[in-house]
Amino acid sequence: MITALRAEWRKTTTTRMWWLLAIVLLGYLAFLGAVMAFSLTTDPTAMTGGMGSVPDLDGRAVAKTIYTLAVSLGYVFPLVIGALSMTGEFRHQTITPTLLAEPRRGVVLGAKLVVGAVLGALYGVIGTAGAVLGGLPFLLTKGDGAFLDDRGVLADLLFSVVALAIWCVIGVGLGALLTNQVAAVVVILAFTQFVEPILRIGLVAFDPLEGAQKFLPGAAAEALAGSSLYSTTGMLSLLDRGWGAVVLLGYAALFAALGRFLTLRRDVS
Amino acid sequence: MPGSASAGPPVEIRGLTKAFGAVRAVDGLDMVVRPGAVTGFLGPNGAGKTTTFRMLLGLVAADAGTALIGGRRYADLARPTAVVGAALESASFHPGRSARDHLRTYAPFAGVDDRRCDEVLAQVGLSDAADRRVGGFSTGMRQRLALASALLGDPEVLVLDEPANGLDPEGIVWLRTFLRHLAHERGRTVLVSSHVLGEVQASVDDVVVIAEGRLVHESSLADLVALATPQVRVVAPDRAGFVALAGARGWAVEPQSDDSALVLSGATPAEVGAAAYRAGLEIHGLAEEGGSLEDVFLRLTGGDGVRP
Repeated sequence: MITALRAEWRKTTTTRMWWLLAIVLLGYLAFLGAVMAFSLTTDPTAMTGGMGSVPDLDGRAVAKTIYTLAVSLGYVFPLVIGALSMTGEFRHQTITPTLLAEPRRGVVLGAKLVVGAVLGALYGVIGTAGAVLGGLPFLLTKGDGAFLDDRGVLADLLFSVVALAIWCVIGVGLGALLTNQVAAVVVILAFTQFVEPILRIGLVAFDPLEGAQKFLPGAAAEALAGSSLYSTTGMLSLLDRGWGAVVLLGYAALFAALGRFLTLRRDVS
Repeated sequence: MPGSASAGPPVEIRGLTKAFGAVRAVDGLDMVVRPGAVTGFLGPNGAGKTTTFRMLLGLVAADAGTALIGGRRYADLARPTAVVGAALESASFHPGRSARDHLRTYAPFAGVDDRRCDEVLAQVGLSDAADRRVGGFSTGMRQRLALASALLGDPEVLVLDEPANGLDPEGIVWLRTFLRHLAHERGRTVLVSSHVLGEVQASVDDVVVIAEGRLVHESSLADLVALATPQVRVVAPDRAGFVALAGARGWAVEPQSDDSALVLSGATPAEVGAAAYRAGLEIHGLAEEGGSLEDVFLRLTGGDGVRP
């Protein structure tokens, strides 16, 4: 397994994709952090278009919302880089030399999941740092401060990193299940940018399923991070942190298992 | 490891079968590849060569039968790339990775260090391109890198699918010499597939011919050559005289597009020379023709519509 991990780490770091996406992630989150911090310190209702019962957002809640923006809006990055680690093997047919070197397919997937967690944590640090750096100027000048000495806020930062790491692991599993790179990226973009946001808001409006939106992966990740753009602005409610972690890890395990036993059992030709 | 001359393990295939839908790609194939020799694995396109290799290497699951390397399945080898080096037809590299990094990615599995990566790059003549991204490589360079990957773990068995594809003539000569060296001096087991007999004729010791997934011939190259009808190309001013001579001796005259020469089947150059001398016929050129070995290959594989 150590051998497979060493090889997988080299595989990841010898192409340019991982740092290109990391730079885009940093820029994107710094931008979002700045925009959201400006908006929320100016007019909290601006973000929801008047939807939801906008509570009195205190400065601490605003800071938590900004600091977890990477989980609310930036998780597509670790998800994509995770998926690419598997779909790239099939796209460039390096799956053949990979399985020649390590015929135990479970070990190949396992190494990718572990490296995915490490890379996801790195993306988590970068994305979270981007949101903090982007938001700080407005929180300090227009808002009620940075709250970076608050244990609760610091916990949000830590769990934001953990949530993004798990997103990357989910991506690896999803890539193992779909294997087709174009299909995987399309599914990820469609689900994260369109399907889940609509489902989350739509399910709330539909009484019998009102609680179901909390179990969607994006909602579970926000629960794990401890805060979200959707919840602090009063639009949606979340599970508590522990259950959020359980649900999110459940998705990671589900996709990895499906990929292992449905797709990776097949002939490679 | 490097420098050892111990005999490699044999490759033994028994009753190997694989169907894709209604098509039996490989159908009860039996063959043995011995160490210390280069074995040509021949067959027309679609004969099942690549599928056989992929089953041997555990990439494709066989419906029936076994494919063993030194008595063990590929997947059961503790460090497979240190025992078997394989380069398959769809040579597969990430275009954004350099040649050296490609090898470094697989080096941990073979249990080798970065120095060995540079060593095999030098061996296949890619030292100057080591840090270039593979995306810009020519087919021949990719072929060489695929061979370098196969050599990385200094394996006792080499399995190469169409390794001469895309190589320039110089590269083909180099590959031939190199593979013969590995087999004859180092005792390695070398299995090389091709759909063109002529391509491997100069490098193989043994031949295994398959068609439609079945074994049609397994022998030494010499025994295969013995199946061929000898042919002689004659350049002579008196064509009619030679046609008459061939008729008298029972040699067939092959139809030729070119008027200056005749090709006689069933004769050796010595026989034709001797007969012409006795008949007082002038000869300007006399040469043995290799073409009929291709005919044997076509006959064996059913390429001319006639199954043996």
